[in-house]
Amino acid sequence: MTGLNRIAQGGLVDRNKTVSFHFNGKIYQGFEGDSLASALIANGVQLTARSFKYHRPRGIVGSGYEEPSSLVELVGDEESGNQPITRVQIRNGLSARSVNCWPSPDFDLMAVNQYFAKLLPAAFYYKTFKWPSWHLFEPSIRRAAGLASAPAKLHHQGHYETRNAHCDLLVVGAGPAGLSAALLAASSGARVILADDGLETGGSLLGQKTSIDGMAAIDWVRQTTAKLDAMDNVTRLSQATVWAYREHNLLIIAERAPAAENVFQRSWRVRAGQVLIATGAIERNLVFAHNDLPGVMMASAIQVYVNRYAVKPGRHAVLFANNNSIVAVARDLVAAGVKIVAIVDSRSDAQALPEDLIDIQYYRHHVVQQCRGGKRLRGVTLRNCDNGQTFKLDCDLLGVSGGWNPTVHLYSQSRGLLEYDSGLATFVPGKAVQACQCVGSAAAEFTLQRVLQDAALKTGVALSALGIASDNASMLPSVDAEAPYQIEALWHVDVAPKLAAKSFIDIQNDVTLADVHLAMREGFEAVEHVKRYTTAGMGIDQGKTGNLNVIGAIALKSGFSPEEIGTTTFRSPYVPIEFGSLCGIREQSVFLPYRHTPITQWNKDNGATMYEAGARWRRPGYYPRAGETFQQTVNRESLAVREGVAVYDGAPLGKFEIKGPDALKFIEMLYSNSFANLKTGMGRYGIMLSEDGIILDDGVTFKLAENHYFMSTSTGHADAVNQHMEFFRQTHRPDWQVKITTVTTQWANATICGPKARGLMQALVVDIDLSTEAFPFMAMREASVAGFKARICRVSFTGELSFEINVRRRDALALWETIMDVGQAFDITAVGSEANHVLRVEKGFLSLGHEADATTDPYDLGMAWIMSKNKHDYIGKKAVEIRRSGKKPRRQLVGLIPDDPDELIDENAPITPGGRRESAEGFVSACVWSVMHKRVIALALLVNGRERMGEKIYIRRNGKVVMAEVTAPCFHDIEGKLLRS
Amino acid sequence: MLKISCPFCGPRSEVEFAHGGPLKDQRPEDASQIDDAAWVEYLTVPKNPLGPVRERWWHVRGCGSWFTIARDTRSHDIIDEEPQS
Repeated sequence: MTGLNRIAQGGLVDRNKTVSFHFNGKIYQGFEGDSLASALIANGVQLTARSFKYHRPRGIVGSGYEEPSSLVELVGDEESGNQPITRVQIRNGLSARSVNCWPSPDFDLMAVNQYFAKLLPAAFYYKTFKWPSWHLFEPSIRRAAGLASAPAKLHHQGHYETRNAHCDLLVVGAGPAGLSAALLAASSGARVILADDGLETGGSLLGQKTSIDGMAAIDWVRQTTAKLDAMDNVTRLSQATVWAYREHNLLIIAERAPAAENVFQRSWRVRAGQVLIATGAIERNLVFAHNDLPGVMMASAIQVYVNRYAVKPGRHAVLFANNNSIVAVARDLVAAGVKIVAIVDSRSDAQALPEDLIDIQYYRHHVVQQCRGGKRLRGVTLRNCDNGQTFKLDCDLLGVSGGWNPTVHLYSQSRGLLEYDSGLATFVPGKAVQACQCVGSAAAEFTLQRVLQDAALKTGVALSALGIASDNASMLPSVDAEAPYQIEALWHVDVAPKLAAKSFIDIQNDVTLADVHLAMREGFEAVEHVKRYTTAGMGIDQGKTGNLNVIGAIALKSGFSPEEIGTTTFRSPYVPIEFGSLCGIREQSVFLPYRHTPITQWNKDNGATMYEAGARWRRPGYYPRAGETFQQTVNRESLAVREGVAVYDGAPLGKFEIKGPDALKFIEMLYSNSFANLKTGMGRYGIMLSEDGIILDDGVTFKLAENHYFMSTSTGHADAVNQHMEFFRQTHRPDWQVKITTVTTQWANATICGPKARGLMQALVVDIDLSTEAFPFMAMREASVAGFKARICRVSFTGELSFEINVRRRDALALWETIMDVGQAFDITAVGSEANHVLRVEKGFLSLGHEADATTDPYDLGMAWIMSKNKHDYIGKKAVEIRRSGKKPRRQLVGLIPDDPDELIDENAPITPGGRRESAEGFVSACVWSVMHKRVIALALLVNGRERMGEKIYIRRNGKVVMAEVTAPCFHDIEGKLLRS
Repeated sequence: MLKISCPFCGPRSEVEFAHGGPLKDQRPEDASQIDDAAWVEYLTVPKNPLGPVRERWWHVRGCGSWFTIARDTRSHDIIDEEPQS
C-alpha cells in the first residue's frame, strides 16, 4: 500500500517496486519513479512546509523546479539543503525534512509570526532594526527567516567532479522540442549534447495524455531517446540541469546522478557552437486572498500528478484560470476520477467548454476571490465579475493557471532581449545576443504541433550556422489537433486591502500584493527597486512563478504597460547548486596544492614544524626538540648560526636565467642599481621597483657569462616578478633580444652558514679554493661538492659567512643527508625560517611584506645608494622622483630598543605621538628576541625616523602603551665583516 | 568565462589567461625625458571605456605570450584579434 490517494492504475511509476522513506521523522512508502512530492500526495500529506517569513502552512504547489513553496533538506549521508520537494526522487533510506519550521510543519513554533503579519510588511527589517546597527540584529533575523542551513559535515565517501566539453549543438531540455531538435541535428552529423533535468526524457509530455505519430507520446519519447542513445555523436545527460549561461556560449550543467561510482555530482562546462534552449514554459500563479493554502496547486502540476504519478492531490477540485490550457487539465482529472466542482474562468469572452466536459459547472467571467481553510483548503469564495456577487463553493483542491511564461532564464542570462507580447500576456524571446535560440514553448509556442515545427525550423538555422547540411529525411511527426492557446491577462484579483495582505504574489519569499503596493507608495516604482524592497523574485525562486505577476501588479497600479516596466534580471543559478559541484575535485589539499622542496620529507621526519613560506611553498619553521619551548628552539637555532654552523633549506627561492645580447640592458631597466660593471662570476644585490615606484622584489643576480645572468627573487614574489619581466619584455621591448627561463624548481639548495661554515665546506670535499681571496663574498663558483655538481653562491641573508650550495633537484636530498652526516663533527644544526627571521632582524635586512610594504621606496629604507644616479632611466625611477618631489615627511626604517627587554611586541603595532589615541606615525614591522643582545629588539617604519635616533617613541598594543628607543636598524656586525669573511 | 584566441595556441578558455589591463602606449625609451604630469597621466589613468577596448592578456597557463585583443566591455564580444604589438 503506498497511499490512499493512489489511482488504481496508470502512471509512469513502477508498481512492483515499493520504496520506504522518511519525511519529517515519519516513515512512508511510495513506488519507484515517485518524486518525494508525488509519494507524499499519495499518502495524503498536504502540509509540507512553512513559509519563509510568516511561517504560514504551505503545501505542494508545482511539479518541477518551479516549486515555490515546499523546499526540503536531505539528511543523513547525502545531506544537502533547499531542494524543491518535487525534484527529489524517493529511494529506500531517503530521509528528508521541511525547511523553515521547527519542530514540524504541523506544529511550528515560529508560526506565531503569521499573527503579527501586519507588523512585518515589506522592508520591515530595514525600517525597524536600524538602531544601533542592523548588524546587531542580522544574525538572529537570518536564522529566523533563512532557508536550510549548510550541511554540518562532509560526505563520507565520494567526490564531486568537473568536466570540460565542447559540442556543435547543446540542446537544453528533452521535451518534445529538445528531443526532436537533438534527433534532427544528430542525424545530420552534428556533435550534440542533450541535457535534461528530469529522471527520464519527455518533459511536458510525461504529464500529458497525447499522441505523436499515432503512438502514445511516452512511446514516441522512449523511441526517440533510444535512437539518440544509439548514436556516437550524442551525449545525453539526465538529471542534469543547465543552470548558467556565460560568455561566449559557455554553459554550466549540474549532472546530479552521474553513472560513475563515488561521484556525487558532475559539473559540465560546455562550450557550444550553437545552443537550442528548449526549456519549456512555466505556469503562472494567480493572485487572490489566501492563495497559498495547502491544496492550492498549479493546474498543470495537478495534471502531472494524475497522469505521470497516478496520484490524486484532492477529491473535489475547483479549477481557476485566465486561459484555455485548463481544458486539457479538466479532461485528465475527470478521467482520473477527480470530481470537478467547477471551472472558474476570469475571461470575459471565454468560449463554452467542449462537448465532453459540458456537464461541468462553468463560471465564465468569474474569479476566485479568496480561499477558505486553516491548515488546508476547505473551500473558495467566487465573485461574479459582471455583478460583483459573491458565493461559496466547497473543495479540497484548487488548480490555478495564470497563463504560461516561456522559461527564458537561460536566454536572459545569455543577454538575449525579451519583448512583451500582449496577445500572450508574457515576455517572449526577442533578439539573441549569443549563438542561441529559444525553441518550442520556451519560444512561446504553446501547441504541440507548433512546438515540433519550431524545433525543426530552428535546428535547421543552427545547423546552417554551423555549416552542417541538415538531414531533410526527418519528417515532422504528426500530432493530435489542438485548439490554439487563448489568454486574457489577470495579474491579480481585485481585493480589499485587508485581503491584499494575504494575496501572495511571490509564495517563496512571502511577498504579497499589499507589499508591492506599499513599495510603490513609498517611491519604489521601478521593477528592480520593487524587487529589492520586497524581495519578490529573489533567492532560489528567481521569479519562476511570480515574477510576471509583480510586473503586472506594478502595471495596474502605475498605469504603465508591462512592456514599459520591463523584467528584472534573471540570474544564475537557475536552480540551487551545491558548492561542491562548483569546486569539483578541488577541495582541501588539492584546492591550492602546496609546493614541496626535495627536503620536505626529511624535514617532517626530523620533527620540523612546517610553515608556508609564500607562494604555497612549504618550508620548515623550526625543529623543536623534546622539552624545548618555542623560544628555546628558535634561540638554539639562531645561536647555532651566530656561533657554530647551520644549514637551511633555501630551495623555494625564485630563480631565473636571463640570456641574450640585450640581457644586461634588460637587467638595467629592471633593477634600480647598476649591473653594468658586474664581473663574470660575481653577483650583486638589487631592488626591483614597479613602474609606480613601489618595491616589487629584491634579490641577487649573478653574471654567469657575457649576456647570461642568474637571477634570484624572493619566494613569494617569483610569479609576480615573472609576470612583470615578461610583460615588459614582450609588450614594451619586443625588439630586445633577451630570453627569460624560470628555473626555480630546477635548482634546489642547501645553505650552510655560520663561523664554522668554511670548515664544514672543506670537510664536504669541494674541488675549488674556498678562501676569502679566491672565493670572495658575492661570488659564484661552479664546483663539485661531495661529488655533486653545484653552483655555490656566497650570499648571506643571516649576516654570517654563508655558502649557498645549489644542486640539481634530484641531488638535493642526498647532498642534504651528506651535509648532516659530515656536519655531525661540527655539531651542525638544521634551522628554519623562524631563526632566519631573528637573524635578518638583527642585521636589519629588509623583508618584503614587513618593511617593504607597498608604500616604501629604497630611500625610506636607508638605501639611497641602490637608486642609481648614473642611469637615466629604469622602471620606477621617475615615479619615485615625482612622489618624493612633494617633500612630504615619510616613514623611514629604524631600529627599536623596547624599554621592557623581555616582552615581544606584535608586528604592525602602531606607533602614535605620546602613545595617544590618534593617527599613527609609524608601526613595528618586526620584533624578535635577539640572541646576540639577550633582549627584545624591533624594526619599525617611523615618520622622519632617521632624524629621531635616541628619541623615545610610544607603541600602542592591546590597550596599553609601551615605550622604546629609536636606534639604527642594525644590531649586529654593523660593518659587515662577518658575512664577508 | 571568455573564449580567447591566443595568437600561438588558438582559442582557449579564459582560465588559462591573466588579464593585463587596457593597452597603453609603449613605454618611452627614456622616461626621464617625459614631462612629470604626462608621466602621472600615463601611469595612473588607464583607458576604461564603455564599449570596445584594446587590452592585454597573458597566456600564463599556456605558451606564456602577451598579446592584445579588442573586447567590447558591454557584451564581451571579441571584435577582432591581432598578433601582439
